[in-house]
Amino acid sequence: MPLRFVLPLILLAVIALLPLGVPWAKVVLSLAMAKGLAVLGIVVLLRAGQVSFGHALFFAVAAYAAAFLGKAFAGGELVSMIFFGVSASLAVGLIVGLFVVRYRYIFFGMLNLAFSMILFSVLEKFYHLTGGSDGMQVARPSVLGIMLEREGFEILLFYATLVICIVIAWCVQRYLSSPIGHMMQTIKTNETRLEYLGVSARTTLLVGYLISAGLCGLGGVLMAVAQGIVTPDYAWWIRSGELVFIAILGGAGSVAGAFVGALIYEVVRTYAAAFAADVWQMVLGIFLLAIILYASRGLVGLYTDLMDRLQGRGASADAQPREALK
Amino acid sequence: MTADVLLEAKNISIHFGGVIAAENVDMQIHKGRNLAIIGPNGAGKTTFLNICTGYLKPDAGKVYFRRRDITEKSPRQITRMGVARAFQIPQLFSEHTVIQNMLIAAAAREKRWLSFARLEEIPERNEMMHLLELVNCAAIAERSVNKLPEGQRKLIDIAVALALKPQLLLMDEPTSGVASSEKFGVMDILTAALNEANVTSVFVEHDMGIVEKYADEVAVWASGAVQFRGPPAEILEHPDVIRDVIGEEV
Repeated sequence: MPLRFVLPLILLAVIALLPLGVPWAKVVLSLAMAKGLAVLGIVVLLRAGQVSFGHALFFAVAAYAAAFLGKAFAGGELVSMIFFGVSASLAVGLIVGLFVVRYRYIFFGMLNLAFSMILFSVLEKFYHLTGGSDGMQVARPSVLGIMLEREGFEILLFYATLVICIVIAWCVQRYLSSPIGHMMQTIKTNETRLEYLGVSARTTLLVGYLISAGLCGLGGVLMAVAQGIVTPDYAWWIRSGELVFIAILGGAGSVAGAFVGALIYEVVRTYAAAFAADVWQMVLGIFLLAIILYASRGLVGLYTDLMDRLQGRGASADAQPREALK
Repeated sequence: MTADVLLEAKNISIHFGGVIAAENVDMQIHKGRNLAIIGPNGAGKTTFLNICTGYLKPDAGKVYFRRRDITEKSPRQITRMGVARAFQIPQLFSEHTVIQNMLIAAAAREKRWLSFARLEEIPERNEMMHLLELVNCAAIAERSVNKLPEGQRKLIDIAVALALKPQLLLMDEPTSGVASSEKFGVMDILTAALNEANVTSVFVEHDMGIVEKYADEVAVWASGAVQFRGPPAEILEHPDVIRDVIGEEV
């Protein structure tokens, strides 16, 4: 087996086994994976060279949809909450997407931001419906009709999330390497040629946008269930920024990077908030600067380069372009 | 006569401010007859290609492709109908390899929107490799298009257009940016590829040697109108053409 697959497999095994020895780790890891799914949504759009500063919108739509479903049906059921939440984010994704795919770059980013802030205000102000800034409780749902104790539910949620992440990561990787995934990438490099191949750049981007909205929605539902509460913060622009931050930290354009970035971000955040409460955001900021300046392909890029060097190859000539941010 | 007309422009006019790029131009492109458009810079040759591919809408007049009105159609729709385009500055997907550029075009032609196969594994791969062989680029199939010399980028730009299996190919200065020593070589490769693919071509060209050797017909575009049209030998000998067009170019 190639050397480069050893570390990822060890990492995966550690994540899968950690909750058995360290009980509190499962919630932190569940949250990190949920966020990783949302970051994956950002990664899909980054393929087309587009950055959304408002994708927390879909995160929140799905989370609130699941919360409302739970409230309406005495706690609700996990699988139906996931389906309902993701469907809601896809529906909103279609409406917003039809509008924003007409724009590119800063306009695309800012329009997304605007839509997410509209939802944020609605969630804050319609407090008789949404609980305002206090948010809504998400009671522990049953799983296919079975009501679990807290401990059992957290274990199940953790492993379910892990499996979902692995399956989704594989699917997104396949999508990105399929013809339409490559067409998505050409929106960044040459939209004119794409149109002159008889392909609609807007429709291509819309498909990617829907996938990214669905991924954010999936992350949102899992986060809501893991945390047991949804608040307007889910839609806040800082949350959107965080998703972009993690995507770049992990390696813009890389599926693995989304999860690696989310994992490291959550761990750093959890520990830094405890040990360096006042400066942890500064630490992250400096880290981001270092990544952009010295390793623009993120942590996954650093790892790939390291493996290339260990195996005696130079950085391959046709590696992913370094200007992932452009 | 009308049966073999592929593309027909009727009475098209277009102005850019005070500049007249086309004024009541009629133009017919016949199946199987490669047409060269020559003329001074700024005469409206590229504008004509832009109108034929839907990139620009004429102020007046109509464009028909196989007797269907395409004047109001988008480049995407016109491409789907069978008109492909190659560009003066090659329009390639810079983050992809040569073969990936071709495969994206093939996937677009076959509408593989729902294919979950890897791009490199779609069934058209052999066909695309064959096309690359036709334009003498099979050896560089796995290279990134960014790292190629301009002459090869031009050939790949045309190969990408041919990957669509068009009936008509519009080329904007296929040999510009190609070293003069290589121009005839590039055109030899191109003409062979076009013949094999059975594609009618229209090309804008400034090099009269190329026009003379490779065009079946020549149209002289000047002052927003087609001034002359006919076989190369006749047109290129015409005293007015020598004075107004060739004189400037040589």
